[in-house]
Amino acid sequence: MKLVRFLIALFITISVTVALNLKIGIAPPLGKFLDPFQGFWQNAEKPESFQNEDLTLKGLKSPATVRYDSLLVPHIFAENHEDLYMLQGFVTAQHRLWQMEFQTHAAAGRIAEIAGSDAIPIDRLQRRRGLAFAAVNASKEMEKDKELWSWLTAYASGVNAYIQTLSYKNLPIEYKLLDYKPEPWSPHKTALFLSYMAEDLSGYDVDIENTNALKLFGKEQYDFLFPEAVEDRQPVIPPGTDWDFEPIPLKVPELRVPDVKVAQVVEKPDQIYGSNNWALDGSKTATGRPILANDPHLGLNLPSIWYVMQLQMPGMNTYGATFPGTLGVILGFNDSIAWGSTNATRDVRDWYTIQFRDGAKKEYKFDDKWLRTQIRIEEIKVRGEDSFFDTVLYTHYGPVVYDESFKGKTGRENLALEWVAHGPSTSLEQLTFLKLNTAKNYDEYVEAIKIYNSPPQNFVFASAQGDIALWVQGKFPAKWKEQGKFVMDGSSSAYEWQGFIPQEHNAHVKNPERGFVSSANQFPVADDYPYYTYDGKYEYFRNRRINAQLQAMKSATVADMMELQTDNYNLKAAELLPMMLDSVQYTSLNKQQVKAYDLLKTWNYVNGPDTKAPSIFEIWWKELYYSVWDEFRNQGMALVYPEEYNTIQLLKNYPAHDFVDQKSTPEKETATTLINRSFVVAVDSVMSWSERNEQEYTWGNFKATSLQHLARIKPFSVGNIQIGGGKSIVNATSSRAGASWRMIVALGDDVEAYGVYPGGQSGNPGSPYYGNLIDKWAKGQYYRLLFMKDKEATPEKIIFTNTFSPEK
Amino acid sequence: MKISIKVVLIAGLSFVAQQVLPWYSAVIVAFLVSAILPNGKLNAFLVGFLGVGLLWLVYALIIDIQTNSILTDRVAELFTLSDGNILVAITGLVGAVVGGLGSLTGVYFRLLFTKDVSAYY
Repeated sequence: MKLVRFLIALFITISVTVALNLKIGIAPPLGKFLDPFQGFWQNAEKPESFQNEDLTLKGLKSPATVRYDSLLVPHIFAENHEDLYMLQGFVTAQHRLWQMEFQTHAAAGRIAEIAGSDAIPIDRLQRRRGLAFAAVNASKEMEKDKELWSWLTAYASGVNAYIQTLSYKNLPIEYKLLDYKPEPWSPHKTALFLSYMAEDLSGYDVDIENTNALKLFGKEQYDFLFPEAVEDRQPVIPPGTDWDFEPIPLKVPELRVPDVKVAQVVEKPDQIYGSNNWALDGSKTATGRPILANDPHLGLNLPSIWYVMQLQMPGMNTYGATFPGTLGVILGFNDSIAWGSTNATRDVRDWYTIQFRDGAKKEYKFDDKWLRTQIRIEEIKVRGEDSFFDTVLYTHYGPVVYDESFKGKTGRENLALEWVAHGPSTSLEQLTFLKLNTAKNYDEYVEAIKIYNSPPQNFVFASAQGDIALWVQGKFPAKWKEQGKFVMDGSSSAYEWQGFIPQEHNAHVKNPERGFVSSANQFPVADDYPYYTYDGKYEYFRNRRINAQLQAMKSATVADMMELQTDNYNLKAAELLPMMLDSVQYTSLNKQQVKAYDLLKTWNYVNGPDTKAPSIFEIWWKELYYSVWDEFRNQGMALVYPEEYNTIQLLKNYPAHDFVDQKSTPEKETATTLINRSFVVAVDSVMSWSERNEQEYTWGNFKATSLQHLARIKPFSVGNIQIGGGKSIVNATSSRAGASWRMIVALGDDVEAYGVYPGGQSGNPGSPYYGNLIDKWAKGQYYRLLFMKDKEATPEKIIFTNTFSPEK
Repeated sequence: MKISIKVVLIAGLSFVAQQVLPWYSAVIVAFLVSAILPNGKLNAFLVGFLGVGLLWLVYALIIDIQTNSILTDRVAELFTLSDGNILVAITGLVGAVVGGLGSLTGVYFRLLFTKDVSAYY
């Protein structure tokens, strides 16, 4: 009896303890997680817990120092490259380990391992896109460069040294919540991160949608809806540039578009659509020395995509934004130069129909031969369940992304993806940034970027010597007109890429007459460029606003640059709204509509967070835009709508065009009809939005910019940030994307630099440095960046120091 | 021995054990204390409940105050709790329940080897 009693008690105690040590459903292991000694409580950082520490690090060659300033920016002082990158790895892991690993797991299609079966579709897509395949190719390429590989290895051993210091107690909180552990870092993970970025920045194309639209509307209508160029474009590289080379010759076949119809395309990265950069030469600045400005726009997440650091060793002193997971500074400056980048809009991925010999799919047709496919069995491990297996076939173009087991329905849509990011010869991107970190002048900048392949970027440059420049850099297939704009016939060699544009033929400009260079994701070149360029999406407004402002500037200062980066002037509204307002029949409006009309009539086209007019305009324009393109709805195929810019041209120049008419109504609509109709709807919906959300419909509320935690953990996200701007505006902050790093560098004998980003240096939601920069970022304010000459400089600005010595 | 001393003993030993050992070391501490020191059943549950429970509650509370609830509020929201203080209380309760169970099991274990227990009521 006593024994039974004891056993029952023991059983209950053990059961309860075990249950509290297990992850059940989405809940973390409660006992383990709530334990105040080692559970999540230990992730809460005290404001005063940042103190000097002396650490030893295995593999370090010489003593090194890391000083932290008041923003928790680490300033690393080392004696050689290996030590520097080892410390960069260690320090980055200290603050961003979970993020580093999560992003590379995402690239590798391994989220289901952590999150369970819900993540299988996204993992499967990543595998089919071939991101891990790209990373393997990149790793192989990087391994050939012994020096680079030794640095990547040093970085990895720094990350791993940090991982080894961890017990459950000091694991980042996300590991505790999701109940898993970090695995060792390796150079391959750096390659995975680079392919993650390649996907984010060059993973968008509309070739399949173009193909569908071509079938639906015919070539003439298609060209009218999707013109390749517009009249008042201001390309990145100004027209009139002297191209003193002969383009490589191409054999041009007859354009024949295969008969495919894809109902649904794979998910694509959002077109973020907001990066800006420019540089002014001394003729336009107050100091007589160049100023460079860059604000790359990306999806707004926490922890932030960027981690800011200073890296110093003999012969190198650089500062700027780094990617957790990669080496060196990505966007920044040193004593002599500053550089930055925006996404170069350019179609670097194409789709081919694949004709398999039979159901076994072991061979596919290519001219009069049958080529063998490579079969990759992708094992997607699933937490708590059996693995999911997917077979992905590889052709000489690349992976067959669409087939009957994935998005294809009829069994005829076998579509292979050829993409510059897959390699094999891309991948020295990492080296580009390390070379930029030490570059001293224009020639060394060119030397650094010429090996850069993917994703293509507009690299802006300025030097203390006085040069400014901008290269549209990447590895670009040399294409004949309209090659790859539509799905191509993969069974014929006539349609495949014939070669790449030689790097020295890439479009660029150095020290132009106008005194400045700029880019904002617009058209890269004018018609005079000897190669065909195409992209499915360009920016039409921001670039013209920036150029107009820069053109007008004289004796520009850092303050002028700040003003322009955070400029909320809505050029689209300025060009469109007067026409819309003129078309409204004012006399037939009710009281509420009159109020809205008057608000818009008196609006100065500035999208400030506290103003209401931008909300009405936005919703009115959206409504109008969608009502114009009723022809695109319910067609049973994937389509993209024409550009906003082209829609505006249609409404202005062809107000009675057949496309403006709504097919579902018996009457014949014109621009005026649609404008009036959509105005009524817009006023109604803005009012009901206000009621539904119990908020004023100010632009800040309505746009509701948020920073989302990478694992979508809501309390670790920050919502409803009051910030102005919007798509097509220089401050292109939309709801889920925005300036991920704002940097302004005034070059001279001493560099003067300013920066801010939405987030904070710590990736820990329990740290005071997790989101401490958001406020200034939203207000359009900046921090003066502390660029230290040496480790003894400005001790009053240092809050604590970590010294590192080699392990004996 | 007074109950309060046993409570302090369990709390103190758990405090030491939990510096290095996993969270369930508190359960083992509560078990051992009640297995070694004589106790009534209800009292045994109580000393374990209070010993580990108070330790966890107070320690969580100290961290919460020192860190200005920086993480407490976020995690509370995650558990759909309206207030960080509730999370502190739940932390104490989880410690209390496992401490109580461990201690109760300890006294049953002790009873396997002793004859008369009524003297200790």
